[in-house]
Order: sequence, then structure tokens, then C-alpha cells
Amino acid sequence: MPNAPDLALFAFAPCPELAGEVRRHTVAIVGAGPVGLTAAVDLALHGVSVVVIDGKSNVSEGSRAICWAKRSLEICDRLGTGQQLVDQGVTWNEGEVFHGDELIYSFNLLPEPDHHRPAFINLQQYYFEQRMIERATALPQIEMRWQHQASDVSVFDDHIEVAVETPAGIYTLECDWLLACDGVHSTIRSSLGLDFSGRVFQDRFLISDIHMEADFPAVRRFWFDPTFFDGQSTLLHKQAEGVWRIDMQLGWEADPEEEQKPERVVPRLRRMLGDIEFDIVWTSVYTFTCRRMERFSHGRIFFLGDSAHVVSPFGARGGNGGLQDADNLAWKLALVTKGDAPEALLDSYDSERIPATDENILNSTRSTDFMTPKSRVSRVYRDAVLNLARSHEFARRLVNSGRLSIPAIYSDSPLNTGDTEPFEQGPPPGAPAVDAPVASPQAPDERRWLLDQLGTVFALLAFDDGEMDWPRLQTALAQCQPAVRLLRICPPDAADTEGALIDRWDIAAFRYDGAPGTCYLMRPDQHIVGRWRKCLLPEIEDALNRALARH
Amino acid sequence: MPGKLRTELGLASPDDFYESLIGAHEGLSDGQSELLNAKLVLLLANHIGDNVVLTEALAAARAGIEPDQNPSA
Ligand SMILES: Cc1cc2nc3c(=O)[nH]c(=O)nc-3n(C[C@H](O)[C@H](O)[C@H](O)COP(=O)(O)OP(=O)(O)OC[C@H]3O[C@@H](n4cnc5c(N)ncnc54)[C@H](O)[C@@H]3O)c2cc1C
Repeated sequence: MPNAPDLALFAFAPCPELAGEVRRHTVAIVGAGPVGLTAAVDLALHGVSVVVIDGKSNVSEGSRAICWAKRSLEICDRLGTGQQLVDQGVTWNEGEVFHGDELIYSFNLLPEPDHHRPAFINLQQYYFEQRMIERATALPQIEMRWQHQASDVSVFDDHIEVAVETPAGIYTLECDWLLACDGVHSTIRSSLGLDFSGRVFQDRFLISDIHMEADFPAVRRFWFDPTFFDGQSTLLHKQAEGVWRIDMQLGWEADPEEEQKPERVVPRLRRMLGDIEFDIVWTSVYTFTCRRMERFSHGRIFFLGDSAHVVSPFGARGGNGGLQDADNLAWKLALVTKGDAPEALLDSYDSERIPATDENILNSTRSTDFMTPKSRVSRVYRDAVLNLARSHEFARRLVNSGRLSIPAIYSDSPLNTGDTEPFEQGPPPGAPAVDAPVASPQAPDERRWLLDQLGTVFALLAFDDGEMDWPRLQTALAQCQPAVRLLRICPPDAADTEGALIDRWDIAAFRYDGAPGTCYLMRPDQHIVGRWRKCLLPEIEDALNRALARH
Repeated sequence: MPGKLRTELGLASPDDFYESLIGAHEGLSDGQSELLNAKLVLLLANHIGDNVVLTEALAAARAGIEPDQNPSA
């Protein structure tokens, strides 16, 4: 590929096991894609040592993930890469849908101001990985092993053994816990003979990344039946550094080999782009599938990301869903390895992430079905929707060019403590925490972000009522096992703001329905455990125990 | 079991409606008629809005229509 960017290369290094040493790692991760890297950094920040192996010696090549959702950026903020990703990426909130040449529907994914992160950024997957690798390399708990390819796995009662192939020979990697983040063709999954079933969409998409200097806005543009292309739909989206992603739906009959040839690709793009100069960076032809494993946890082995589930990319739910897997499992595994929680806590990985995956699969399937109608009647209804959408508002809501990734709410999680008092607003148990601008007493006009204050520990967000003995509560929370951090939110005119966060713009209290005395217990992944109208230690401790599967 | 879907007469002027329904398709090819029908279903469904009514209507419409065992034969 002549125009491909210079991607980072990583050298092979031998490891103690190759010299015959036997080592037992606490956690080993197979696969240094976005998901394996996220899990590694998260575990390391919880103080767990991790070894990560990857068969490659570089970051991911080709046209893969570009859209990273708000929740992923918030996870990356927690891990320390969020700002770099936002700085390098292209921020966007808006989408436009065309039928033929006519704009029939546009949407803004972040209608509410005062959030730190935008609805989405676009950034090539290799840059996402590069930033995460830099972060991982800086953490002493993480050992990266490039060109170490897993070829087999053996399960024992008290540990796992992975057979690893390297340029310097083979060795056995021993670990207490194994995270299989080895992608859609997972070696770990197939070595264990585990299922991976679902649907193949009978269509082919030409995915091109091109470099061009165009002044199109950073808006996701989707065409049904475009006049510039004889296929059925086209997506145009901006990436970092003047690269654009173009997806063209070719139909099931298309010959993937033929369609990738420059003499086929260039004229197609030329018709779309007119006179604009462009260079092709990558092209590929994809067929999309939606599949998942029946269960993601198998004893001491967990499957995360594409190894556990794949979706078609319209909706950007693959990588974003995978990052939420890592976000979900890391704190649980960390607490279990440290003896702070029983192994039963790990069961909640399946009970939380399987429904979340099904939601992603459902949404991706619906979008793909809308785009690639497979029966005459579904084609007729799709055309009817597009036709009506030009003049009737209701039909615009039926147009489906991708329902973009939003974070899962673990509504039915056994770790939740249900509401006992009414709440008008605010994230319910199982939902991720909502961001809001807050200030510190020292710099009352400087915006800080609530999510940045939560850290990677259990936290109690409490709205000051001017009566509570806060120092005493703080001490009691700090003595919980594991410790709970107190974040007290005060109105700007409160008498005692020492050590508190100031709700300077009245947004936090609104978003959390935070009447005085209200408190929210949050997990280390920033999902809500439970919420109350009064901070009572016994209730909080009870909820904490439930969130740790001690009940 | 009585549901939410009204199946007793609701049309204000049944014969007039029927005539306009057929009349709306005048001069259209089968494909265009198909499109008109689909648009009509979507417009009415949105007007009704209530998911219970719509689900019952789908079931009532489907009642008595069995898929062919071997559609190609
Ligand atoms: C065209 C396209 C567009 C997409 N767009 C988006 C998008 O906009 N947003 C989004 O969120 N997602 C998107 N996705 C999905 C996204 O690319 C994946 O969900 C994501 O890469 C999954 O990450 P992962 O870490 O689970 O797996 P991978 O990225 O596949 O990483 C797996 C890693 O494991 C390594 N590995 C594999 N086998 C072994 C082995 N045996 N031993 C050692 N190492 C091994 C591989 O070398 C690789 O580094 C898109 C996908 C496609 C194809």
C-alpha cells in the first residue's frame, strides 16, 4: 500500500520462559488490539501485574474502527489516554442522511451542552492502539510481548497454560487468569472448541480510506440510492490527518477480488468526489456478521471484544462495545486477585455484558437489515420510509443508517441495589455516571469534570444538606473494604466547602436529581450501584457488599 | 379475548372509504401500488401509535394466512 501511514513497529524480545524459567503470571492477555490494551491498562491501574502477548509486531493495519463513542472516551480518560485521542481525532456530533441527492434527515447526537466529551470522535484504529500502547509501556505492571503467538491453551483447576510460538522458539505461558482478546478468529476460542454463532449478512461493502484535501464538514453523511453510485448506499466520514472513510454497498453478487482493484475503485470514487484529488490509503471488501459466544466467561478464561462477539460496523458498536467489556471486567478481576471480593463477582461479567452485547447485536442487525433489505417486502417498506421521510417527520425516525453506540445500562444486574425512593432524573442503578462541570473551592470559576474526580475506586457522590457529619462519614467510608471515596457536592453558597466540589453551574444537582442529602454509590467502572435520599452508612455498606457479590 | 384493537365498525363512511382506497391506486403499476400500500400502512401506524393496538392488528392481519410449505413449488 503506497500511501499507508508509517505505523509503529515493535521489536520481538525474548522472555524468561524461553530461557527455561517457570513463571506464574497473575493475569495474561492474548491480543494487543484496542480491547486487550484497554484491559491491560485498566488492570495495571488497579495494581495488577499483566503480561500481554500479540502475534504481530505492529498496530492494526487497514480500514478498521474509526468512530469512538463518548463512553469510550470517558473510559480512556480514566485510563489516561482520553485527551490525546480527542486532540488527535476529529470531533463530531452530527449526521446527515440523504435519499438520492436530497437531505431527508439530520441528527445531533449530543443535544445537551456541558459534557466534557463529544458524542464521538473519529480516529483510525491504529492511532487509538498506538496511544494505548504508549500508555501501557509507561506502566511498570505491564509487560508487552510482541511476536508471541498463542497456538493452544490448556485448562487446569488452579491455572491456565498457553502454548506460545515466537521467533526464538516455543514456551508455555502460565497464568492464574487468562483474558482472550485475540479478535474474531480467536485461537483461544477455537482451541477450546467453543461456539460462535449468529448471522452473516448477504452483502458486500467496499471500504476505502482515502487521503484528500476536501472542505466537507466533519459530519457523518449517509446516502440511500445515491445518484453518483449504482449501488444501494454510501457512507462518508472524516478521519484524522486528511483521511476519509467511504463505505459503498456493492451487493452480494459482487466479486470481492475484482472490486478491490484500483481500476474498479478509482472510477467509483471519482464519480462521487468529482474533481477532488485523492490518494487511496487502503481498500478492502467486507461481508459483515453478527455473532456471539453463548457465554464469555469460562472458568479462569474470559473472552472480551471481537473474540466474544462481532457486529456489523454500522453503529460503531464493535470496538466501543469491546472497551466496555474491558471496563466491566478489569475492576472485578483486580478485586478478586487481591482477595477483596469473592470469585462469584466474576459471574457478573456474563450477566452484565451478555445483555449489553445482545443490545449491540440487535441494533446492528436492524441497521444492516434496513440498509440491505433481503426480501421484496422489506425493500418496499424501506423505500416507503425513505419516501415519506422527505416530508413527514415521523418517518425520519424510522430511517436506519446505524444506531450509534451508546453505553449499556446494566438494569438487571445482580450487583445493583434498586431504588427505594422516587427519582425524577439521574442515572438509575446499572447506568454509567453522567458527567457535569464542577469547580473546586480554590478555583471557583474553573470548570472541572465530575467524571474525572471519580477515579478507579468505589465512590460516593453526595449532595450536601448542611447537616451531615461529613468528616465522620468520610472516615467510615475510607474504612470500608475496599475503601469508598467521598465526593461531596455543595451549592456555591454553602458554609463549609472544604474538600468539596462546587456545583457552580447548578448542573450536577440537576443531572442527578440531587436534592440535599441525596447520594449515589458508584463502582470503579463508574456505573451506579444504588442511590438514596439520605446518606445512611448501613445502606451504603449493604449496597457495597451486594456490588461485590458478597451476598 | 377482547383486545384493544377496535374491530366493530369504526369507519364513518365505509363505502366511500373503500372506493377511495381502490381509487388511490388508479393508474399505478403493481410496484407503485405496493409502495403506496406500504406508505399508507406506515402513516396509519404512526397515527395509531399504540404498540398494543399495532401488535394486535399485525396478528389479526396475519391470521389465517399460512406460509407455503414449499413456496417455489
Ligand atoms: C470496516 C470496519 C469498520 C469498523 N468501524 C468501527 C468503528 O467505527 N467503531 C468501533 O468501535 N468498531 C469498529 N469496528 C470494529 C472494531 O475494529 C473491532 O471491534 C475491534 O478491532 C475489536 O478489538 P479487539 O481488540 O477485540 O480485536 P482486534 O482488534 O482484532 O485485536 C486482536 C489482537 O489479537 C492478536 N491476536 C490474534 N490471535 C492471536 C494469537 N493467537 N496470539 C497472539 N495474538 C493474537 C491480533 O494480532 C490483534 O492484535 C470496525 C470494523 C471494521 C471491519
